[in-house]
Amino acid sequence: MDNQQQLEILRDRFGPEIVEWKEQWGELTVVVKPEAIVRVCEFLRDEPGLEYNFLSSVTGVDLGVDANPRFEVVYHLYSIPQRHRIRLKVRVNEDQPVPTVTGVWKAADWYERETYDFFGVTFEGHPNLRRIMMPDDYEGHPLRKDFPLRGYRR
Amino acid sequence: MSDVLTEVKKSPLDSEIVLNMGPQHPSTHGVLRVLLKLDGERIVHAECEIGYLHTGMEKLAEYKKYNHVITITDRMDYLNSTGNNLGFVLAVEKMLQLDIPPRAQVIRVMLTELQRIASHSVWIATHGLEIGAMTLFFYGFRVREAVLQLIEAVCGGRMMPSYFRIGGLARDIPDGWTQRVRDFCDDFETQALKEFDTLLTENPIFRKRTEGVGVISAEEAIQWGMSGPCLRGSGVAHDIRRAHPYSGYETYDFDIPTRPEGDVWARYLVRVEEMRQSLRIVRQAVEKLPSGPVKADAPRIVLPDRHKMKTQMDALIYHFLLVSDGFPVPAGEVYQPIESARGELGFYIVSDGGPKPYRMHVRAPSFANLQALPKLIEGHLIADVVAIIGSIDIVLGDIDR
Repeated sequence: MDNQQQLEILRDRFGPEIVEWKEQWGELTVVVKPEAIVRVCEFLRDEPGLEYNFLSSVTGVDLGVDANPRFEVVYHLYSIPQRHRIRLKVRVNEDQPVPTVTGVWKAADWYERETYDFFGVTFEGHPNLRRIMMPDDYEGHPLRKDFPLRGYRR
Repeated sequence: MSDVLTEVKKSPLDSEIVLNMGPQHPSTHGVLRVLLKLDGERIVHAECEIGYLHTGMEKLAEYKKYNHVITITDRMDYLNSTGNNLGFVLAVEKMLQLDIPPRAQVIRVMLTELQRIASHSVWIATHGLEIGAMTLFFYGFRVREAVLQLIEAVCGGRMMPSYFRIGGLARDIPDGWTQRVRDFCDDFETQALKEFDTLLTENPIFRKRTEGVGVISAEEAIQWGMSGPCLRGSGVAHDIRRAHPYSGYETYDFDIPTRPEGDVWARYLVRVEEMRQSLRIVRQAVEKLPSGPVKADAPRIVLPDRHKMKTQMDALIYHFLLVSDGFPVPAGEVYQPIESARGELGFYIVSDGGPKPYRMHVRAPSFANLQALPKLIEGHLIADVVAIIGSIDIVLGDIDR
């Protein structure tokens, strides 16, 4: 299914919950409201013709210290039977939790932990939300833009 | 409090103990720590601790110009360095909408497939060693050494080639190199593959250690985000080279090996067959290697040849600008997946229009594959853990980045 058709289906189903969409270099990006992310993901996974059964990755982007909302959480989805991709995004601030998608794809577990570790975005309902790369007693979130490259202690 | 009391009342014979495996355990392929909760010798529950090799490469990439990031990428998955270079340059080329000359594309495919053979050879060597087939270790590393010498001949580097550049290659291959590749292919097919078969495929001890061990169904493997040989070992014929061809993979004739069993043995057979298929691709690439340039005609992006830089004024100016300022990449974001030796390797790059990536995320195949490890080892014996970790072929540099 091509990007336009997918976008049509999503807009029909989740009209007001879709904040923004964009097609660039043949890749479709859809920004949804944080509270709708689990429903959108379940729909994309279960809808015949879409069948996004494979979660490629979840990651974050810090849009800058002054940006509001400051963080983007980016989901890359892939459908093995249909061979198409989509990129979902939610935009949140530091104090705003994102509902977890670990119930939709188990693969989200470590990716959400990594996003929490690097950006400090919390995932509501995650079974084991703790740091994954940095030590447990580490302070700060290293991939934020205000985090110095060499860390705070030097 | 009540939990503690019931713990004390239990008989010591049926109590569970927690065993710490790694991070210095030789069979963890680096620095992986696995916490095993045991009932006797059976694993009740397992948890992985990673991050011991975390070097902040995604952060570092934000401070480097696009051309400099190439040198970081091959330090991630150090067994599949040309594959990592390829994923990154393809992502940037997609953003720049660059056309790559056919000769450069064929050489890229050739080197990526040679690297895949080397990576699988290291895997077969270490996997065999862990299960007790020591001889194989030397045989596997001999193959890898031959590939590393081929890579050294084109770019001077062995493990960290950084030979693929945005817009093509660093330089053309040296004279007589294709003949060396042909000789390697013949040696590999007539000697190494036969030795692997004799030493492992027909080895009853190896089969006993691997058959029916670490089984994962296709649905579970997809749920956990497994890709590459681990997914194909569960019967899913998914290969990005076939599903979304890049670098001209659609013009090569090769098969996607799958096995339905989903156990360690199936993953082993898939990888051995993949080496044969890679060999086929390398041979086709050698035969069809066209002549022509190896760099795209884009002077603002691709560094000029050395002699041009020394003799032509405009080439010198471009060289100066590229080395001092880099080149701007249009604002936007891109996700470029490729089939690395371990599975789906994806580069997600966000550009703000400047000469450095605003954000680079690497979808490391080993990261997702390792995530399923607790599911794979639960209910098995401690000795099977070693076989199962080996069978998912993790590279900790790839996981921790």
